[in-house]
Amino acid sequence: MSRGSTSPLKASFMRRFIARNAPAYAFLTPWLLGFFLLALGPILASLYLSFTRYDMVNAPKWVGLANYEYMFTRDRRFWKALNVTFTYVALAVPARLIMALGVAMLLDKGLRTIGLYRAIFYLPSLLGASIAIAILWRQLFAADGVVNAVLGYFGIQGAAWITNPDTSLYTLVVLAMWQFGSPMLIFLAGLRGIPKDLYEAAEIDGTPKWRQFTRITLPLLAPVIFFNLVLQTIEAFKTFSSAFIISNGTGAPADSLLFYTVYLFNEAFKFFRMGYASALAWVLLIIIAIFTAISFLTSKYWVHYENERD
Amino acid sequence: MTLAHEMEEAARVAHELRVKRDQRARMGRLLKHLFLISVSIVMLYPLLWLLASSLKPENDIFGSLTLWPTEFQWHNYVDGWHGLPVSFTTFYINSTIVTVLSVIGNLISCSFAAYAFARLQFTGRTFLFGLMMMTLMIPYHVVLIPQYVQFLRLGWVDTYLPLVVPRFLASDAFFIFLMVQFFRQLPRELDEAAMIDGCSPFKIYWAIILPLSLPALGTAAIFSLIWTWEDFLAPLIYLNDIKSYTVPLALRLFLDQEGQSSYGQMFAMSVLSLVPVVIAFIMFQKLIVRGIATSGMK
Repeated sequence: MSRGSTSPLKASFMRRFIARNAPAYAFLTPWLLGFFLLALGPILASLYLSFTRYDMVNAPKWVGLANYEYMFTRDRRFWKALNVTFTYVALAVPARLIMALGVAMLLDKGLRTIGLYRAIFYLPSLLGASIAIAILWRQLFAADGVVNAVLGYFGIQGAAWITNPDTSLYTLVVLAMWQFGSPMLIFLAGLRGIPKDLYEAAEIDGTPKWRQFTRITLPLLAPVIFFNLVLQTIEAFKTFSSAFIISNGTGAPADSLLFYTVYLFNEAFKFFRMGYASALAWVLLIIIAIFTAISFLTSKYWVHYENERD
Repeated sequence: MTLAHEMEEAARVAHELRVKRDQRARMGRLLKHLFLISVSIVMLYPLLWLLASSLKPENDIFGSLTLWPTEFQWHNYVDGWHGLPVSFTTFYINSTIVTVLSVIGNLISCSFAAYAFARLQFTGRTFLFGLMMMTLMIPYHVVLIPQYVQFLRLGWVDTYLPLVVPRFLASDAFFIFLMVQFFRQLPRELDEAAMIDGCSPFKIYWAIILPLSLPALGTAAIFSLIWTWEDFLAPLIYLNDIKSYTVPLALRLFLDQEGQSSYGQMFAMSVLSLVPVVIAFIMFQKLIVRGIATSGMK
């Protein structure tokens, strides 16, 4: 109510400005609070902490770049964690996407009812994040587990997949492959958007199926493939629960399952090296930001997809 | 005579070709079905094995591919339910409290923000929308440590507040994005007509936008339910007292005491932990599938 010394004109402008914006900001209040308190604030706080030594008992002690210097020059486990995570991303993401695209193409054409298949193929994606599935996976790939029983049936002597550092990571890659459901659904939506007469024309010209795939399907689906690739890559970098459960929370055996997030968790909540863990978190943020930047820079190629019919 | 004969001949050839093509198509479909069925079996086998193992006697579980138990050990479920120092009744109540509150929080706060972004004009809209989209990419691990320090200071550790309060502050930006996509498709004339009739923005939100957006709200509710039910990292960090554990944390306890408790019990409780997700999936399959296809997430 108090207008103070402002001129009547300015006051009426202010009043209109407030009247125009007040409802929107009222609706945005919960999100704005969350943005500052749960996102921006913590991100800046963790940047600050990354330059300190902090054990949660004593106040944070400024150490400059020491955390980053140690990380990049002396911390063998950091490099091991990066190695494990990048290997996983490089194997799991293409494997999952190839499965997803292959099955989506099978479902897209020539079948009248795909509902049941779609449901069966999607179900693992929904359950995959749960602890129950991680527990199941440990047993499937155990030395006396089902996988070895199947191999034994064909006369192949299986390994102790989980406890052998050479093979343990592959069990998680297989778990990722098993969950190809969501990229499959997105591919299906993309395939529906390709005009069918293109294939009919190619069929009349006698174009072989393989060329139809490389000349029609792949180019027209490229935006969707790219979209899935970026999304799944970011997801893969964040893998935690399954790796945590299968490696007993430590990254064992011999750090072969030391996913970046598992390493970060242990540094923070097992050893309470909060400063160092914050530095690890920031490096992860930068890695993911690079992948996100790629997606934004090329967004003009895939944005049109979102307005298409499903 | 010859013309008629030729036409007849042509019709016969055309018919033959059509029959052959149909035959080939049918053959192709059959092969496709056979292939898809075998993929389905491979996909479902681990889940069926889990279910079967939860009912098998201990020494039947490993090394056997047969799914049918020699004798059904229904007691695994009863024993597993009481197999930990605290019974699963408590864990299910805890998980239900956290899940229900999270779903409510997500629906309210995210639909608020989405309504503002999709339907209202205001200064700074593009900028704030960009910020919101950026938060989608932030890994939880980056905000985890400062959030933990903050919640510890507030005395919230070992309560459900760190798990639930962020949901009331629209911390899952994904749902805002999903709802914005949906709200934008609704005809503008509705808001304009209501505005002329003197409806407040809140009235428009409550009486027009929300009732028309039930599919989007449903999709958000289901994903929110499933993700909260399966969430492991946040409960792992914030809940220390076994009496406040959620179901996933309890399942992990079985692993810690491997050897002492039976595999059958662990598998039985694993099966039960998946039941709510499977039910939600079967009941709301359409909403889930459409939600992924239109938002392209997860």
